[in-house]
Amino acid sequence: MKRRSLLVVLVVALLLIVTSVSAQEAVTIRYQLWDSNQLPAYQQCADVFMAANPGITVTVEQLGWDDYWTGITTGFISGEAPDVFTNHLAKYPEFVALEQLVDIQPLVERDGVATDIYYPGLADLWTREGARYGLPKDWDTIAVIYNVALFEAAGIDPAVMDEWTWNLEDGGTFQQVMAQLTIDTNGNNGLSPDFDPTSIAQYGFVPDGMGGAYGQTQWSALTASLGWTFNEGPWATSYNYDDPRFIQTVQWWADLNLVHGFAPSFEEVSSLGASTLFQAGNVAMTMNGSWMIGTFLGSEFDVGFGRLPSGPEGRFSMFNGLADSIWVGTQHLEESWSWVKFLASLECQSIVGASGVVFPAIPEAAAMSQQMRADAGVDVSAFVEQANQEGGTFLFPIADYAGEISTIMTEAMDAIALGTARAEDVIPDAAAEINDLF
Amino acid sequence: MTATSLSSRSESPPSPGFFSRLGNNQAVLGILFILPSLIGFILFFGVPAIRSVFISFQDWNLLTDAEYVGLANYQNILELSFNPLASAEQNSNDVLPDDFDELLRVQIGDGGFVIGARDPRFYRALGTTVSYVLLNIPLQTLLALGIAILMEKAANSPLLRGVMILPWLMPNVIVAMLFIWLLDPTLGVINIFLQQIGIGQQGFFGSPDQALASIAGVNIWRHMGYTAILIFAGLKTIPKSLYEASRVDGANGLVQFLRITLPLLRPVLVFVFVTSIIGSFQIFDTVAVATEGGPAGSTRTIIYYIYEQVFERRINMGVATAASVVLFLILVTVTLIQIRTFQGNQSDLAEYS
Repeated sequence: MKRRSLLVVLVVALLLIVTSVSAQEAVTIRYQLWDSNQLPAYQQCADVFMAANPGITVTVEQLGWDDYWTGITTGFISGEAPDVFTNHLAKYPEFVALEQLVDIQPLVERDGVATDIYYPGLADLWTREGARYGLPKDWDTIAVIYNVALFEAAGIDPAVMDEWTWNLEDGGTFQQVMAQLTIDTNGNNGLSPDFDPTSIAQYGFVPDGMGGAYGQTQWSALTASLGWTFNEGPWATSYNYDDPRFIQTVQWWADLNLVHGFAPSFEEVSSLGASTLFQAGNVAMTMNGSWMIGTFLGSEFDVGFGRLPSGPEGRFSMFNGLADSIWVGTQHLEESWSWVKFLASLECQSIVGASGVVFPAIPEAAAMSQQMRADAGVDVSAFVEQANQEGGTFLFPIADYAGEISTIMTEAMDAIALGTARAEDVIPDAAAEINDLF
Repeated sequence: MTATSLSSRSESPPSPGFFSRLGNNQAVLGILFILPSLIGFILFFGVPAIRSVFISFQDWNLLTDAEYVGLANYQNILELSFNPLASAEQNSNDVLPDDFDELLRVQIGDGGFVIGARDPRFYRALGTTVSYVLLNIPLQTLLALGIAILMEKAANSPLLRGVMILPWLMPNVIVAMLFIWLLDPTLGVINIFLQQIGIGQQGFFGSPDQALASIAGVNIWRHMGYTAILIFAGLKTIPKSLYEASRVDGANGLVQFLRITLPLLRPVLVFVFVTSIIGSFQIFDTVAVATEGGPAGSTRTIIYYIYEQVFERRINMGVATAASVVLFLILVTVTLIQIRTFQGNQSDLAEYS
């Protein structure tokens, strides 16, 4: 008898707790992003959003790139994934295949959300067969980052970047400038007949690694300038990696170190990364994305941003866009949707733009970002002009099996960079393995 | 149910001797002592282990519905195909069946053969892991043995023992991060030192020939102190009187080491070998932090391969668990062979006492 009454008391207590919890209005939305540089701006967005929506609390969580994706994957499985998270084009097709993203198209239609306020093409990247898996937040392009003092020392006017060229035969003026900026331990530069490529004191260029399957900050600008494309558009089921134009460009990229000595070796770049080497001060140029502007400006010397070289078919940069997606496991779909809508609005993107850290997806907000840098005396037009140039960008390739493709290509590309294999020997096999995935 | 057990207990005679009877029953007492760790073992090792055997027969990504596929996952990682070559010039892809990629090509005169695998990366990962164990264990154990003997003979202080064990106390990830900086080809202090003494720059983690050895080196540094402490404890159990008696019989230091120290250290050495070889086969964290399996797949060990199947690919739980089961069987075999060969369950000291 005693025991039963205890049980009753327990059940009543439990019911009271449950009802009191559900009676509370406050809903908490967990939001995740990977870039610590963007955390302050998004925290500010969250504060504005919470002030306007007193019933919703948004907690912004930031994790480093690798942990971020491992955490998202394990979160899907354990049921602990964030309600809303920053999504990447290389990752989201897998999440769609695993049925983990909310199709927000019905909500977009219901609320009449405009999807044409962004840079052209950005919103469409997140659609498949009528479904929509995210609203655009920002974009990035690639440019050349250079060490101002080293250009001055070599007597090169950085304005050369406005019209420099690249081709497969001799690397164009891009390669010439690179050579001129490379100095061996005897003080000869890369154009001199006495130049010793095996003993370098200052490198002209540091490649951001070999680029794996996408070469976003590496060779993709060059392959595109030859008219090569990854595939026949979003959701294609075959890749064009066996094209001779691709194979030769990749070999040219590796030969910058292996043959010419204008770039540090793959061993030297792979562990700490190109940006660390560049910031050590004895490399004249590198190529990277606009999200790295802040990092490069943190160097102990003056850096400038120059245009990409222009190839036979023109000057192109990969155009990558991030978006905010909602996880299917969220308990608060409506609140998550309000937050996503706010993140994609001019109000929040203006806050992000004013921080100058990235270029928001809405052109007005992106202009604010450029203005903020200009006010600080930094010219980031190399990135913006590329995005604004008619047809100056091509989209990040979207297809299924991104993880598999990455694993296969990275292995082949590493071997080429190390000089243990030639591109024409390993790329066709890798290309065949990739096309067999589909 | 509750009522019956209560009443039955009240009917039984008052038992002041219940606990003492319990205490006298060796078997029950033994089980009681290991119960806490047994619960943990069953919950966190036993159940998941058995579950992964089931998953290894499925095509499952943990999120959508699982599909029973029989032995297909095992086939995917294990199946080989042997193909003779008609001529030395023949392309491997011409003789390999569909879905198979070249694992090994052997050319003998005008002919030869090609061995293909459905996923050559699995066998390469196995090979890489075995190479790693061979680079890691012998040197680590020899160094540890040397250090332990030095500590016993020359410099036995608690401070020194504390210092020896220090690397082992550091989290693996931090150790790996530390060595990324120390070993960096351009900015690392070790390479700057090597260049100054005229040995020239080394690639270490960035070079496919040195990456695996570098990882082994890092782990030797990390584990040798700990292993030395284990062996040192073993040395302490050897009665001094044996050495004195042998000295009277005219044995020198080397003979003493070979005939007394090593045989009597055997149970400890077997323990050290068994645990460190298992740990070595399971190398993952240093790889994940320092090289991510690269460059060019040269440090893709078996656990990293399993990790890739889940986190870098489309959550291939089936393949990942099948590979885990294969690794488990390999480890069981290796361990049983070691215990059998070295008779690790017996101690020569038992006969002495």
